[in-house]
Amino acid sequence: MATPLVFENRPKIIMALLDSWIMIKRSCTHILRNTDQLLGTFFQPIMFLVLFATVFGGAISKALPPGISYLDFLMAGIIIQTVAFGSTTTAVAVCNDLQKGIIDRFRSLPMNNLAVLNGHVVSDLLRNSISTVVMLLTGLIIGFRSHASALNWLAIVGLILLFTLAFSWLAAIVGVVAKSVEAVQWLTFVMIFPLTFASSAFVPTASMNSVLRVFAVNQPITQVVEAVRALILGTPVGNHVWLAVIWCLGILIVAIPLASWLFKRKSA
Amino acid sequence: MNKDYVIEATGLVKSYGDNRVLNGVDLQVERGTMLALLGPNGAGKTTTVRILSTLLGFDAGTVKVEGHDIIRDADKVRSVIGLTGQSAAVDELLTGRENLVMMGRLYRLTKASAKARADELLTDFDLQDAADRPAKTYSGGMRRRLDLAVSLIATPPVIFLDEPTTGLDPRSRLSMWAIIRKLMDGGTTILLTTQYLEEADQLADQIVVIDGGKVIAKGTSAELKSKVGKDRLELVFKDAAALKAARKALGKDVISTDDKEYSATLVINDTNTDVKRVLDALVSAKISVQSMAVHKPTLDDVFLSLTGKTNNQVEQEEQ
Ligand SMILES: Nc1ncnc2c1ncn2[C@@H]1O[C@H](COP(=O)(O)OP(=O)(O)OP(=O)(O)O)[C@@H](O)[C@H]1O
Ligand SMILES: [Mg+2]
Repeated sequence: MATPLVFENRPKIIMALLDSWIMIKRSCTHILRNTDQLLGTFFQPIMFLVLFATVFGGAISKALPPGISYLDFLMAGIIIQTVAFGSTTTAVAVCNDLQKGIIDRFRSLPMNNLAVLNGHVVSDLLRNSISTVVMLLTGLIIGFRSHASALNWLAIVGLILLFTLAFSWLAAIVGVVAKSVEAVQWLTFVMIFPLTFASSAFVPTASMNSVLRVFAVNQPITQVVEAVRALILGTPVGNHVWLAVIWCLGILIVAIPLASWLFKRKSA
Repeated sequence: MNKDYVIEATGLVKSYGDNRVLNGVDLQVERGTMLALLGPNGAGKTTTVRILSTLLGFDAGTVKVEGHDIIRDADKVRSVIGLTGQSAAVDELLTGRENLVMMGRLYRLTKASAKARADELLTDFDLQDAADRPAKTYSGGMRRRLDLAVSLIATPPVIFLDEPTTGLDPRSRLSMWAIIRKLMDGGTTILLTTQYLEEADQLADQIVVIDGGKVIAKGTSAELKSKVGKDRLELVFKDAAALKAARKALGKDVISTDDKEYSATLVINDTNTDVKRVLDALVSAKISVQSMAVHKPTLDDVFLSLTGKTNNQVEQEEQ
């Protein structure tokens, strides 16, 4: 037709990265255009934060070390909890793509197919960053104060991003495996609910019975929460930061190849 | 016999569990022509298209597209084909323009080239006004047009169209046909599937009829029709007396009559000479005809005689 077409002529690896970049832009556009979901991204964290702080605050503050308010204690837990539940959206997005004809279109193109997963997972970072910022601002309004240094905040941001990435890849597995969006919803729920509530996100593990405590102390969410909390409160971080990083990297090392393999197999 | 086949499939077999969906399908599509794959629901049309467009593996047979083996050189095949699947594959949250540019980029077009080409297609497909609205706000016909436009973004020389007009109103169907004809004029090789016999009749150079995973007939639409029967001439008279007289005058040429409609049907071999001969016979017998019409056998007749069912019956059975 009228104008002649001009094709990219770059190395394969660059083209694969470009594919991922295009899909990241697509998924980010989805996040910004899906207004219902975006409202949830704004208001759910506010609701959780205010509810937990006011409902549990009175009862739990007695179990906390002196000088620490429940709101300051809660902040790390509620952020991590929100991010963990937020990964459900990645799973839903992946599942949605696989159900619809669009995946056939992508597969009939000379593109790198894993770019589809990369797009959803990376854009999840954007959405969770929005939630986290909203939560921190709400916290500041209702009395949250942190003495963390700039370096601590940098570490906090890094940990939260790493954790988000790890859970998004786990969610991507669920999204690929699940047969329907409804299945995604309950699968992620049974995966994430126990992990967040049987952790130190909302209550100190010292108040749990011994069986529960063994589980709670040794699971990844507690490590991440403890690390972020210590960084926020400016208390000693102990091994928590390293353990949190190791957990997240471990999850990524397993989840990325597994999700990719399952995705290739499912869409073949 | 060294024809330039762009798509060449031999002995395709595909099973889902025990269900043998394709049972030795052979297809050849010559460069710059259109092949229509015609068949009732569940015949295996979509399965065939999905295999030929690299989306689905198969159990036996060989497929070459533009000379590339579909298994070994899947990526090469993908860079020369465009696919418009049975269900619209556009991104609902992106605008029409964004859909086109994104797919263009994934086809490896440069940004500038993808944008320019998107503009061109939006104009060609009459979508300029809706170009910057999310696709979820499009009507069924607009969505189908966008879907087709998307698969043309890199002007692939080979296009697969799986039931491109199903669910469209007559006007949208005609505009889709016009678009497809334009593609054919541009030299694109097309494999189209349809349940509408008329569509295959109107558009395709070659027709392959499949049913139950087997090719049951192939040829041009004229060839298929001639397998079924000759043209028929229908004459309608003013009253029963005229019909009776006509019967007498025309003799054994009359194959059936309808006493309520006062009509007679004749088989004709050559429209020009036979119609004249019949009319001459009627004039000399002083019988006046109220109306007359020549009926070509339709592909519906073809379908009926090949599968033992009309397309409508098949649809009713599905329900
Ligand atoms: N994923 C699948 N698993 C099992 N059976 C399948 C699958 N996809 C298709 N089939 C079966 O294969 C047969 C052919 O299906 P196909 O979709 O190719 O038919 P079609 O000719 O495109 O029909 P339609 O006109 O309804 O689109 C059907 O019997 C269908 O049930
Ligand atoms: Mg079909």
